[in-house]
Amino acid sequence: MNFSIGMTILVILWQMVIWIGDYQEALLPSPLSVAKAIIAMIVDGTLFVHLQVSLGRFIAGYLLAVIPAIMLGMLLGRSPRVWQVIDPIVQVLRPVSPVAWSPFIVLWFGIGNMPAIAIIFIAAFFPVLLTTVAGVKKIDRSYLKIAENLEIKNWQLMYKFIFPAAFPSVVSGLRLALGTAWIFLVAGEMIGAQSGLGFLIVDARNMLNLDYVLAGIIFIGVCGFLLDRLISVFEGWVGKHFGMVRG
Amino acid sequence: MSEYMIEVTDVNKSFGNGAKPVHVLDNVSFRVKKGEIVTLFGKSGCGKSTMLNIVGGFERADNGDVMHDGHPVERPTKRCVMLFQQINLLPWRSVIKNVELGLEEEKISAEEKKERVMDALKLVGLEEHLNKFPHELSGGMQQRVAIARALAIQPDVILMDEPFAALDSFNRYNLQNELLRIQEKKKTTIVLVTHDIDEAVYLSDRVMIMSSHPGRIFKEISINQMKPRDRTHGDFQYYRKKILEEFQLSDEQLAPEYNI
Ligand SMILES: Nc1ncnc2c1ncn2[C@@H]1O[C@H](COP(=O)(O)OP(=O)(O)OP(=O)(O)O)[C@@H](O)[C@H]1O
Ligand SMILES: [Mg+2]
Repeated sequence: MNFSIGMTILVILWQMVIWIGDYQEALLPSPLSVAKAIIAMIVDGTLFVHLQVSLGRFIAGYLLAVIPAIMLGMLLGRSPRVWQVIDPIVQVLRPVSPVAWSPFIVLWFGIGNMPAIAIIFIAAFFPVLLTTVAGVKKIDRSYLKIAENLEIKNWQLMYKFIFPAAFPSVVSGLRLALGTAWIFLVAGEMIGAQSGLGFLIVDARNMLNLDYVLAGIIFIGVCGFLLDRLISVFEGWVGKHFGMVRG
Repeated sequence: MSEYMIEVTDVNKSFGNGAKPVHVLDNVSFRVKKGEIVTLFGKSGCGKSTMLNIVGGFERADNGDVMHDGHPVERPTKRCVMLFQQINLLPWRSVIKNVELGLEEEKISAEEKKERVMDALKLVGLEEHLNKFPHELSGGMQQRVAIARALAIQPDVILMDEPFAALDSFNRYNLQNELLRIQEKKKTTIVLVTHDIDEAVYLSDRVMIMSSHPGRIFKEISINQMKPRDRTHGDFQYYRKKILEEFQLSDEQLAPEYNI
């Protein structure tokens, strides 16, 4: 409901800008022509082809980043001394936009799927690593005392206590990473990809089809929004089952 | 094998090694017989939890000895299970999974595990709520789960840090009764921490009154009265009054120290 109201307002504003500013279609396409472009892409199926490719890359890059980031984060969170050394390294690497690595990425991985996957990997890795470490470090001492008392150690301790206790933090990192990685998907697909939503935009720009550019932007936005909704539902469930103590 | 399950001898403990360490426990000694229920009774901040943590092996005493069934305590073990003052359950595990937690690594058959878990849950009256999660339970039910977990392990000792403090009096009375009934059956040694006089008198064979700053055992009072006890009976009131008087004495003794 709120979503529809918000979108309607956005479309009205957009149309008003065109009327008041008297922009030409070539500068700012009208909602109507963009809607036509969207429908055309849905009808001829190009949208789904590109969407599928993008999602495939996205999932690959995201999982490749997230799984090791969680595992590394759990180990580093349990070894404060080692983390003190690693932390500065991470803090230096983290603020660098993944796109800055693109010359190396192209050199090492060529073109095709890999550059986009590599960029998504970089974008998703650090948020998850950092929130996992933070989550592990702030685990309530009570849980660790229970584990001590029941003589639960090592690997058992990791998966019965540390992982679930840090899970709410991990999930907030996963959500952060999802958003960031999705933003960089387009950037990744602008480097040497021949398909995907990012390519769709570059291609439309090259043909000066600005209505298709905007249509691509809208798809990316809507997908990002849906992904975030999905993970926030998950986050809510996790909060209930993993966070709450004593109702 | 000694007659005593727990022997604490001349334990000292200070916190903060900076300019002003706080002396929390001062030469504390006491012994607990097998099968006994002993209460550490004292004001907030007098060092009850600290003492219990040391007995359980969660913290080290600065000096002094802590023995458990004739062996020095070096780290927490399953033989001596602690019910903590705050968090006892893992919120991501269901009731039955929380109770199983202590048995998962035991080298016993699956059937026996199941049986011990179910027995413990029946004892605390939670067999209807196996698959609920902690956040779906009341505070009293959560404490029951924690007690059931301790029982399933079949430890020598259960240490309880104000286990019923957060409950309303109806729930508290109920759980106290259950605890007595279960202990009668299992003969588990229990060290209980409380600042509730009624609870101390109702449950314990012996009450150790602690004074604070620094924490000492000021007086021991044995309660020679058959259990279950009648909370309204004259004897009950007698012990209640006696403990209260000693407690006030323990407080007064300390007053001059403040003036220095
Ligand atoms: N880890 C710690 N570091 C520093 N001081 C501590 C620590 N643990 C306890 N203390 C101090 O030791 C004293 C005794 O604490 P303790 O928790 O044993 O009291 P308590 O008798 O259990 O009180 P309550 O009834 O409120 O639970 C307190 O003054 C407390 O501030
Ligand atoms: Mg305490």
